Amino acid sequence: MKAFSYHRASGLEAARQQAATTDAAILAGGTTLLDLAKCEVARPEQVIDITRLPGLDEITVDAQGLRLGALARMARVAEDAAVRTAFPAVAQALSLSASAQIRNMATIGGNLLQRTRCAYFRDPASFPACNRRTPGSGCAALDGITTNHALLGTSEACIATYPGDLAVALVALDAIIHLGERQVAATDFFLLPGTTPEREFALAPGEIITAVTLPASRAARRSTYLKLRDRASYEFATVSVAAGLELDAECRVATLRVALGGVATIPWRARAVEAALTGREPTPEAVREACLLAMQGATPRPDNRHKLELAPRLVARAIETLLWEERA
Amino acid sequence: MPSVTTLLTLSINGQDHVFEAEGRTTLLDALREQLHLTGTKKGCDQGQCGACTVHLDGERVLSCLTLACQAEGRAVTTIEGLAGPDGALHAVQTAFLEEDAFQCGFCTPGQIMSAVACIREGHAGSEAEIREYMAGNLCRCGAYPHIVAAVRRAAEGLA
Repeated sequence: MKAFSYHRASGLEAARQQAATTDAAILAGGTTLLDLAKCEVARPEQVIDITRLPGLDEITVDAQGLRLGALARMARVAEDAAVRTAFPAVAQALSLSASAQIRNMATIGGNLLQRTRCAYFRDPASFPACNRRTPGSGCAALDGITTNHALLGTSEACIATYPGDLAVALVALDAIIHLGERQVAATDFFLLPGTTPEREFALAPGEIITAVTLPASRAARRSTYLKLRDRASYEFATVSVAAGLELDAECRVATLRVALGGVATIPWRARAVEAALTGREPTPEAVREACLLAMQGATPRPDNRHKLELAPRLVARAIETLLWEERA
Repeated sequence: MPSVTTLLTLSINGQDHVFEAEGRTTLLDALREQLHLTGTKKGCDQGQCGACTVHLDGERVLSCLTLACQAEGRAVTTIEGLAGPDGALHAVQTAFLEEDAFQCGFCTPGQIMSAVACIREGHAGSEAEIREYMAGNLCRCGAYPHIVAAVRRAAEGLA
């Protein structure tokens, strides 16, 4: 890990100004930044610790919805009774993330900004080619082991998977990311790699996430997060699904929200599945048929082709789970 | 950039320690290399194994991903601080001995620190819950069945 200077931010505006310089990095929980600094992927000259700024860690749930301060720790949000009732997919996504220790450390804002777990991205010494890390250098992953790489939202420049769980739930439930005054929809916050994979988030230099809000809805209240992993726990998603459902008086689908993790370069909203079931009676056949659209437009690689079948099945399981809960 | 050190005071196991730290010095390296509290172990040094688990204001965290500067003004508890002033072992330490919950012992301080917090959080209600909430602590010897038994025993004893 390269040497850097440590600064404790005196206020949000001061932190923004300090962070706007090229070689500065904001430090919150530190679980991503210090990890990447040890890999020498992150090489900050200055680290700006914002964790002692007051008023940024509150969790509020009311009739309008949920507001999570950017510095709220994952564990606190995951265990919050009101969040678990009104936004179960959010609480479940957080509970199924990382380990108890990391959930005590990592913040909501930092969680959204975690970087890909692509092994080629994380190892500059062995793999100099990485467009995400060094624009124009190439992509070692394209001809590498592709099991954990993305099938959706990829480009010739980058096929790295977005690793987070929380963001998948946020994208499904129409969250808003607050950057001080400016607000960005969660669905617009994560950027497709295209020809500029080094631009991962809709953040200008010096901008800091201050809060995340989610509107209250029946689909949010009847939501779930399912996560398949290569081991039982403490692992990133092979495939994950956030889903929310509301039925109308005739038991047809009034609202369906579906997003996928583990298979795309960004938290992936599966709008084709939503559209196929909305207004329809969710019979097992209709659900199965709609879920086949989850991976529409996918570009599989030799080692991740199985996810073409795995992801639709997990979406179907999520929807069936919600239907079962709704009817219970 | 040249490394710049600052004088840092950390409260560890109830006692203040003053030492020179760089910005990049992790809590783990400060504990082991500068304060010679070597009970906390460095396994992967990347937040993947849990061997370096300590408590910060009573909550379990990874000291390899915590900067020493971040711990300023907060209470750090390490494995050396668990036993009573008379040397009496903590109930979780005793349970690990009774259940033979280790082989090589390298992960054990992290396992015990994690287990103490796991029980305090109320996440030691069943074997399945213990496995889930202890998942951040890896044991390469594979002593997991005994670790789970020790956590159960200690949780029942502390209830």
